Amino acid sequence: MNASSIAQLSVNAGLLLPLCMLLTSTALHAATETPALSAATGTGVSFHPPGEHMIPEGKFGDMIRMGRDIMLDTPKHAAPFVGNTLSCANCHLDAGRMAGSSPLWAAYVSYPAYRAKNDKINTYQQRLQGCFRFSMNGSAPPLGDPVLVALEAYSFWLATGLPVGKEAAGRGYPDIDKPAQSPDFKRGQTVYAARCALCHGADGAGQKAAGRVVFPPLWGENAFNWGAGMASFNNAAAFIYANMPYGMSYSLTPQEAWDVAYFMDAQERPQDPRWLGSVAATRTKFHDTPYSLYGQTIQGRILGNSGAPKRPPNESEAHIAP
Amino acid sequence: MSAHRFTAISTGLSMALLGALTSALAASAPPETSTCLACHGANGEGMAAAGYPRLAGLSSLYLTEQLNAYIDGRRVNAIMSGIANPLSAQQIQSIADYFSALPASSAPSPSALDAAQSSLGRQLAERGDWDNGIPACFNCHASGGIGVQPAFPPIAGQPAAYIEAQIKAWKTGTRQGSPQNLANALMYSVAMRMDETQTKAVAAWLAAQPLPAPDTRPAHTKP
Repeated sequence: MNASSIAQLSVNAGLLLPLCMLLTSTALHAATETPALSAATGTGVSFHPPGEHMIPEGKFGDMIRMGRDIMLDTPKHAAPFVGNTLSCANCHLDAGRMAGSSPLWAAYVSYPAYRAKNDKINTYQQRLQGCFRFSMNGSAPPLGDPVLVALEAYSFWLATGLPVGKEAAGRGYPDIDKPAQSPDFKRGQTVYAARCALCHGADGAGQKAAGRVVFPPLWGENAFNWGAGMASFNNAAAFIYANMPYGMSYSLTPQEAWDVAYFMDAQERPQDPRWLGSVAATRTKFHDTPYSLYGQTIQGRILGNSGAPKRPPNESEAHIAP
Repeated sequence: MSAHRFTAISTGLSMALLGALTSALAASAPPETSTCLACHGANGEGMAAAGYPRLAGLSSLYLTEQLNAYIDGRRVNAIMSGIANPLSAQQIQSIADYFSALPASSAPSPSALDAAQSSLGRQLAERGDWDNGIPACFNCHASGGIGVQPAFPPIAGQPAAYIEAQIKAWKTGTRQGSPQNLANALMYSVAMRMDETQTKAVAAWLAAQPLPAPDTRPAHTKP
């Protein structure tokens, strides 16, 4: 956020203050006095992953710690496979421990599994490859690469005591009620300015301090690409509703979460690496859902119309490519 | 020339230089800052023993907002409320501009910190306590607590007593933002979940962290 936008907020506050001081302070406190504790609230989760002080010593423990470190600072610890400035923990809160924030322990016990996204049975490592290719806008680490082994070891350890093959409460992002009104760009823009821009910037580019990302970019060249799960606004709405802003889970209404998710996913971002030569063809094959705005015309421009991806797929991606 | 005499001369020279430098700084300090300097230090470095925070290097926008908060009662402090109240908007701007331009001290504040506090404080600052709904300090105040200004001030090296008092102020309502100010809502929701042990530990640990001098780190930039 720049100085003028904060100043603008102050001006607005000054004008509104006499009128709605009582009203808004009541509203603020109603919203913040008994807030949901975290994304886990209401998921029915009873599983607790072990505390980090319980990571064993020795080589296996070292691998678990490496996985944890990759989650927290992915560009640093998995550099060759990362094409943006995001870290896993930006969307998997508390380094993948948090229920309702796509916890790794719940994912770990759910693989191998069939995925419609690539019409194949995917192992856990193959699922992780997808994260790098789409959410990290990078390249898939080869199966067995230390980066994948570390993330697998960390996930396995987090899932200690959790039954395999059974849907774990707290998996993914909690269901969000369908919006009363169709998600709307303008309303989402208003929510974004009030509740998101302080951290993620008015331009969605996030913010850095001393060269390190503090608040992740949400769109633009350093964000997740069009193939990421978060680029579908139903997923984004569910994530935002349960997890954003930090420490204020479920403080937006479902309608606000849908609107702001729509607004975020109606912005430009790196090309889908499964690019088929045209936006129309790529949409038909991979984005044929009302929740993807890829290839749609929003605010007078066709989203995703940025030409071929900057980086061709590598060998590790052959099996996950369409 | 004896070693003693050389030392005496160079010390004298250094003192003279320092004196000139200090008066140059003092000369550039606008008159309305004189009250501030008495407690927050001649260079805005704060006074750890008394719990008075460092002002040097805080953004002008943040400082302006705080002084205005004292005036309209969103922030309440026995000393500061009285000092801020008579200030004009122009004086506030002048004070805020002055301190924001001063380089932040890189020394940590003296802080009594035992091993248990250190471990808990570091955990809260770097990772938070998400089981209890508490994000890490550094999730918003940046790794090392160097801040993401203007909304998220640097917290490394601020006096422990000050940090502790602020967390408590959010809890008790003596520090509030305007309802439109998300930063205050964020800090409020964090503070209300922190217990006494956590509050003391994180305050003591943060106080003991040095704030790297601005010229050793890149300016805040957009990615």
